[in-house]
Parts: sequence; C-alpha cells; structure tokens
Amino acid sequence: MKKRVLSAMLAASMAVSVLAGCATGTAPAAQGEAASGSSGGEAFKIGGIGPTTGAAAIYGSDVRDAMQIAVDEINADGGINGYQIEYKFEDDEHNAEKAVNAYNTLKDWGMQMLIGTVTSAPCIAVSEKTKEDNMFQLTPSGTAVNCVQYDNAFRLCFSDPNQGSASADYIAGNDSLKGSKIAIIYDSSIEYSTGIHDSFVARASELSLDVVSDTSFTTDSNTDFTVQLQSSKDAGADLLFLPIYYQEASLILQQADSMGYAPVFFGVDGMDGILGVENFDTSLAEGVYLLTPFSATAQDELTVNFVKKFKEMTGHIPNQFGADAYDAVYAVKAVCEAQNVAPSQSVSDICEAMKKGMTEIELGNVLTSPTSITWTAEGEPNKDPRAVIIKNSEYVLAE
Amino acid sequence: MKFTKQTKRDLYTCVMVILFYVVIQVLDKAGVLSFHIKGLLVPLCYYSIAAVALNLVVGILGDLSLGHAGFMCVGAFSASLFSVAVKESGMPAGLRFLTALIIGTLMAALFGFLIGIPVLRLNGDYLAIVTLAFGEIIKNFLAAVYLGYDEEGLHVAFKSFQLKGEGKMLINGAMGIQGTPTDSTFTISIVILLLALFAIQNLVNSRAGRAIMAIRDNRIAAEAVGINITKYKMLAFTVSAAIAGTAGVLFSHNTSTLTASSTYFGYNVSILILVYVVLGGIGNIRGSIIATAILYILPELLRGLNSYRMLIYSIVLIVIMLINWAPAAIAFRERYGIRAFIGRKRENSGKEVS
Amino acid sequence: MLNFLTYFVNGISLGSIYAIIALGYTMVYGIAKMLNFAHGDVIMIGSYIIYTSMVTWGLDPLLSIVIAAAGCTVLGIVTEKVAYKPLRGAASSLAVLITAIGVSYLLQNLALLIFTANPKSFSSVVSWDGISLAGGELKIQGVTIITIITSLIVLLALQTFIKKTKQGQAMVAVSEDKGAAALMGINVNKTISLTFAIGSGLAAIAGALLCSAYPNLTPYTGAMPGIKAFVAAVLGGIGSIPGAMIGGLLLGIIESLSKRYISTQLSDAIVFSILIIVLLVRPTGLLGKKVQEKV
Repeated sequence: MKKRVLSAMLAASMAVSVLAGCATGTAPAAQGEAASGSSGGEAFKIGGIGPTTGAAAIYGSDVRDAMQIAVDEINADGGINGYQIEYKFEDDEHNAEKAVNAYNTLKDWGMQMLIGTVTSAPCIAVSEKTKEDNMFQLTPSGTAVNCVQYDNAFRLCFSDPNQGSASADYIAGNDSLKGSKIAIIYDSSIEYSTGIHDSFVARASELSLDVVSDTSFTTDSNTDFTVQLQSSKDAGADLLFLPIYYQEASLILQQADSMGYAPVFFGVDGMDGILGVENFDTSLAEGVYLLTPFSATAQDELTVNFVKKFKEMTGHIPNQFGADAYDAVYAVKAVCEAQNVAPSQSVSDICEAMKKGMTEIELGNVLTSPTSITWTAEGEPNKDPRAVIIKNSEYVLAE
Repeated sequence: MKFTKQTKRDLYTCVMVILFYVVIQVLDKAGVLSFHIKGLLVPLCYYSIAAVALNLVVGILGDLSLGHAGFMCVGAFSASLFSVAVKESGMPAGLRFLTALIIGTLMAALFGFLIGIPVLRLNGDYLAIVTLAFGEIIKNFLAAVYLGYDEEGLHVAFKSFQLKGEGKMLINGAMGIQGTPTDSTFTISIVILLLALFAIQNLVNSRAGRAIMAIRDNRIAAEAVGINITKYKMLAFTVSAAIAGTAGVLFSHNTSTLTASSTYFGYNVSILILVYVVLGGIGNIRGSIIATAILYILPELLRGLNSYRMLIYSIVLIVIMLINWAPAAIAFRERYGIRAFIGRKRENSGKEVS
Repeated sequence: MLNFLTYFVNGISLGSIYAIIALGYTMVYGIAKMLNFAHGDVIMIGSYIIYTSMVTWGLDPLLSIVIAAAGCTVLGIVTEKVAYKPLRGAASSLAVLITAIGVSYLLQNLALLIFTANPKSFSSVVSWDGISLAGGELKIQGVTIITIITSLIVLLALQTFIKKTKQGQAMVAVSEDKGAAALMGINVNKTISLTFAIGSGLAAIAGALLCSAYPNLTPYTGAMPGIKAFVAAVLGGIGSIPGAMIGGLLLGIIESLSKRYISTQLSDAIVFSILIIVLLVRPTGLLGKKVQEKV
C-alpha cells in the first residue's frame, strides 16, 4: 500500500537517530574510556534511576526530588571534599529493560556513582551491569535480597526477609499482640510483598504464631479487597498483617471500615506514606502498627527541615522512599570524605574506595534510623526497624 | 536467475537488516557508539522479531491477536528455566543458548498450537479478546507458580515452600527466575531476526502462504475452492507463536532477572507490539522492523525531556498515525507527488482486518 | 449460606461498577465499531475533575458530577474530532485502535504532570451508608445500591433514547451500515460525535461511582477497570447495551466467588478462563447479535 513514504520517512529518522547517537556519542565514548581510565572531572557525577512514569511513579519521583534536595544542600555547603555534585535522574518506568537503558544513558553522561534503582526487579538487572563496570551502587529502596548480591552494591533500606522476620518477632514479643489470630493480605504479583510475606510466614511458624488466613491480590486487581477482608473476618482474625504499599493499604482500611471489621492492622515500611495520601481520612489509620525506619511527623530538626523543603518542592509529604534517598546521598558524602575520594579518580577506583569505606563508617544523624547506621560487607545496613503506632494522625513510638 | 518482484522485496529487507548490522559494527569499531545506543540494539532486535511474528497473524492471516506477549512469556520462561537449571553443569555457553532458543521456540509453538485450536474458531474482536485472555492467563499463572528441586525431587506449588537440604528454587513466584545467563548478543539477535524473516518470507511465498492470504481476503471463497481453512490458520498462528517465543528467549537472556509481571508480558505489551505492526504497515514485514526501530528508540531519545518524555511520545504517536493512515493525509501526499519522488507504487500490502 | 450471600453481594457491588463502565464502552463500540482503549482514562480524568471541584473548590457532589460530565463530554468530542475522525475510512480499522492507545498514553501522562503521581483519596459522592440485612451480618453498601440504580437508569435511558428518538434511530442506522445511513440523509459524522459525547459523559458518572467505591485516585486508576469493563462488555456481547450490564455483574460475581472459593492469586486467570469458555460456546457473547457471514 502507501507505506513506502512512511518507510522512507522512518528510515530517514532512524538514520538521524543513529547519527544523533554518534554526534553525542563522541563525548560519551571519551567518558566510556573513563570507565576504566580517568575522567579528570571537577565535580562528582552521581546518577539516580527510578520510575517517574507508570504505575510506580510515586516512588521514583519522591526519590528523585529527595535526592535533589540533598544534593542542593551539599552543594550549597561546599560540596564533597570541595567538589560540587552534578546530579542526573533517569526514568525506568519500573521496567528492568528500561532501567538498563537508563543506566547506559547515565554512563554516557559520565556517572561515577549510582544511587538507585528505586524498585527491586530493575535494581537486580542494573546490579549486573554495575558489577561488570565495577561501579559503586547504593540503592535507597531496593529491598529484594538479590539487589545487593554483588560486593559493589549496598542498600539503605531493610531487606524483605529482614522486615518479614522482624515483624513476626515483634508480634511474638509484644504482650498485647502475642496471642492474636493473624490474617495476611499481600500482593502476590510483586517481589517486595511476596518477599516479606514468605519470610514472615516462615518465621511465624517457627515462633508458633497463629496464622489463620493468608490471602493475596495482584496488581491487576488491586481495588476490591472485600473478599480477602471477609475471609480474614470469617477466620476470626484479630490482627491483619499487610506487607504492602500504602496505596492499597489505604483502600483496605477504608473497605474494612465500611464492612465493620476492625482488627489491629500491622504494616511494614511500605505502609509509611498512608498519612500523606491527599484527602485520606486519617482517623481510619488510628491504631495502625507499622515497622518503619522513617516518620515524617518526627520532631527532630533534620526531619522537620527535610519535610518542609520536600513539601515546598512537591506539594506533598515525603514517604520513606524519599527519606531513604536523602540519607543515601549523605551516606555517599560521608564515605567519600572518609576515604578522601576525588572526582578525578576512575569509576573503578572510586568503587573500590567506596566499598571499603561503606563497611567502615558509622552514619549518624539520619532520617531513617534513630541510631547511626553501619553496613556489612554483604551490603546490608545495620539498623533496627522501629515499630510505631499511629495516634492522632502521628507516629508514636510503640514500646 | 530471475527474481520476482516479491523475492526482490524480501531480499531488500534482509539487505537492510544486514546493512544496519554492518553500519553498527563499523561505528562500534570506530568507537563512536554510546553505551546507551549499544544497550538498545538487542531489545530492538527482539521487539522487531516479535513484531514480524505478529504481522504474520495480523497482516498475512488477517486476524487480530492481542496475546503475543503471552507467547513471548512462554518462550522466555521455558528457555530461562533450562538455562538456569544447567548453568552449573559445565555445558558450553554456545550450546546452552542454542538449546535454550530451541526449547523456547518449541514451547511457544506448542502453546500457539493448543491455544489456536479454540481461538481460531472465533472471528474479529472476539478472537482478539480471547487471545488477550490467554495471554493474561499465562502471565498470571507463571507469576503465581513456585518451582524448585531438592533431595526429595521436584516441587511445584502456588505458595512458597522450604527446600530441604541442597536445593534450588527455579521459579520463585512473583520473583520469577533469577540469574539467567545474559547470552543474548547483538550478532545472535540479528541472525535470529534474519532467520525469522527467512521463515516468514518463505511461508508467505509458498503454496501455504497463498492459501493463508486467500483465507484473509475471502474466507468463504477460499473454502469453496477447497482450501483447508483450519489447517492453514493453525499453521500461520503456530509459526507466529513460535517466532514470538524466540523473541522471548532473547528477551529473557538479555537481563538476568525475569518476572511474569504486566510490565513485560501484560496485554499492554501485546498492544505495544501491535502498534509497531500497524505503524509499519499491516502485512508489510519490512515496515514492522522499521517502525519498531523508530518507536523503541524514540522514547529513549526523548530522555532529555525528563517528565515531558512520555507525553511527547504519545503526541508523536498520534501524529504519526494520522499522517500515515488518515485518508486526507494520504490524498495530500498523492496530490503533491511525494510518493512519486520516493518510490514506485506498491500494491496491496495492507488489508482490511478486524 | 449467609457466608455465600456475603460474597455474592460483594460480587454484585464490584460488578455494578464494571457494568456502568461497560455501558460507555459498548455504546461507542456499537456505533463507531471501535475499541476505545482510552475510555478508562476518560474515566480517570472525570474523577480528577470531580475531586478538584469537590475537595479543592468545595462544591456540592452532584454539581461536581455535572461539571465532570460536561468536561468529559467536551474531552470526548475533542479527541474524536482530532484523533479519531480523520481516520474514518482509513484502510484498516486497526489504525484508529492504535490512535486510541496514543490518546490513552496522552491522558495518563497529562494527568501525571498536572496532578502528580501522589495518590488522592476520593471523597465518596454517596453519603448514604447502605442497608444491613440479617441482623447486620449482611451489609449492602450505599454506593453499591446507587451504582446499580444508576446503571439501570442509564440502561433504560439509553434504550429509550435509541429506540424513541430520531438521533437514536440514526445511531442504529449508522451502526448497521454507514454508507446506507449517509444515503438516507443521516449525518454520519455528527452521529458518531454524539455517540462519543454520550459515552464520555457516562464515563464521568462511572468515574464518580468507581472512585466512591474504591477511593484511590492516581493517573492510572482508569486503566485496569477499563480493560475489565471491556472484558465485561465482550462477555455480554459487545455492542449490546443490556449485555454490558449483565456482563459487568456476572464478571464481578465470578471474580468475587473465585477469589473466595478457588484462589486469590489466580482469580484474574479464572475470570479470563470463563470468558474464553463463554465465547467458545457463544462466539458473540451472551447477548451479542449473531452475524451472518455474507459472500
């Protein structure tokens, strides 16, 4: 048919696109060499990757904005070791393939350290690439075990198994929760939720906790939870464990309320942010327990300052993703200073120094832990999850 | 040797692909290719292969399938399962990948055949929705299944379980398959793209291909002259599924993690591939490849626009569709002779389907 | 028994939402012969308009719905004019399907820029709590009852409109045969525009009810209910208005019961399996017209 015009048009634009790649390609190629040689830069180039479009956009955009705040603060304060930070964030649409594309884009730009990626599956895919390039990677929120399977990768958040078993431990150790009949509702289509669920169930059976109902939903049907709630209610559960994100949790709280079902709700760090959902009736969240590293309503100067800046920038209250990202930037700063890293070093040299430094520092004054954080060589942070309880729309430390 | 017009056109398509490969190789050797462009090459190939496969159903057979991502999923999972299982056995990487490719292709062909039996009895949009449904079922099933082996043998379940002693989880529910060796390279992908082209072009130009197109153009007339409708429809559908499965194998061996989430294998991915096919010209195999190249690279080129990226992409998509398909735009082009400038008249590559 | 009834009622409340979305879907399909993949996103835009006028401007819920219906109608007419109409008479009907997908991306990303990805909790437009039966054991929510009543009103109104008015008859004529309709002096373009206007207006109402029942509003809220409603429309026989209603309710009930009695993980797979089985037995859906093939 009349497709020839199109073919020619498309062929032409394809040629242009390849050429465009070449035109900008000369500089990247030089920086490509830098992956093994030296880039001789005047500033640290730190990249970030996460979803800023698509259904997971809220997590990526919070990380992007929180990192921007941290970078601006550090730059205004004289930078790291006297060098400014250049910062660039790329969208991965919560897609492993796009995340690798984003990583390559950042490499062309001359990235020296990666803070990312935000979500688990893309993070694992990118960690293969950072391993190949020996690039330092610190994920603010990639919770799956394999996100930090290589020695160049560290994380700032808790891992999935860590949260699952910590939740079970907390319930078993809490006098008022101990004897509860437990129901679980989790998202069987995402790694985060299944990861926590599986380790919770395993730990709960070790502790002989009484799990009476275990139901799930998928991302494709994440609006109606009445059946799962009804099953939990019918099983007589008085504690509902929700290892899921706050968007779905807010719906569950609302639907449970309209069903007249009022168990104790117990969430993990994904639950944080529920008070920030615009127009949400926060009275529904009264008495919700959650294990979270971050509290946006905390009164310490650091948190107040961060939340204020974040709200000015984006118009909403940050969730723990943003807080993790903010801390991640400061962790990089602290390690760079301790190891005296300079942007003129090669990517690989920076990575080696950072790897060494991460296991040596003690990062204090952070948003996501009451105590200072240290890291193991496996890339896991040593910090204790805090159990909080929501009272009067604020987090209160549970005993 | 005398070439028919059709053979010549087929040859041009292969030459185009080879030329693209050579140009990229030269540019790569010259060191002017960015990491970004290099990273896009393999995905470009497997989406092209998927688009070519879908074009066989949509363009040549004349049925709308919205479930091809499901076949990619079958190919990806069966091949990755094999690769991960034998990864530590010391099998040479080349042989392992070849076997994985064959397994993925055959499994997808099997599913294409099984699904084809009920599906091809339907027509039009009903056929489309049933293929969509099958695609979603495959994805949902694979996202829920746990498969692992230990001392006591193989275990399959819909809930996670503990392995005893020395064991390994192969498919871990929503976490899918981890640690697939990244065997897909640009060269292998191009070779497979050429093989897929070869297979489809041969099919189209054969007796069977003419029968398939006869069914598309007029089913009743085709039946009347004694063409076995079911047989040829099944043939086209199965071959298409098999090739989509091969694309899936390349997909799963390009990144080390494989999860059966909607992002990779949902109906929206099937639709995305359909977009490539329609934009490139229904029934126009070469067009599918070119359109895939453009539409896959476009959002990557737009990265500089940050938050406006996907917005601009959607506007460009609508505009290209209008320029390319609107009768008024086509008439405009004809009147001002752009086509005469670019090339000769082309006959019936697009056909009414729905 | 009571237990079963509870899940059955849950299914009806979910199904009533699917039904009202499916009505808009099937109407556009019946007349324009086009799978409007952007329908779910028009619903999302409608919901944002309602949210803005109700929460930000503090307007009355009913007034907000009227504003949203007007907004969506305009949106429907504009997209039809700009993106779909130029493709009428294109060589393949797939062209307009792809443009609809483009429009869907456009609306999602536009909403992402304007309203950001931060989820908004929708305030229900229905303030009635519903009724309790069997001593409070069986509860039917207000929004469910309102949704079913609204769907029935919409169903009857559409049927009356199509059967009794001139424009309605023109729609039937256009859906049967565009060419013949044009020869009879019917303005085909105008009729199709009108269809989009009505379909999009209905989307605003559907959005109000969807978000009242499931009050979580993001730029991607419309996508999945949209596709489920499409499945419902096909199940009932796409193009058939009562079929959409029945298909929607049936889909909701199947989903709810399969979650309870079979598996929560595989409920989507089960819903799709039933769709396949129904279509194999009745290839044009439950109430779909059987199309006689002509040589």
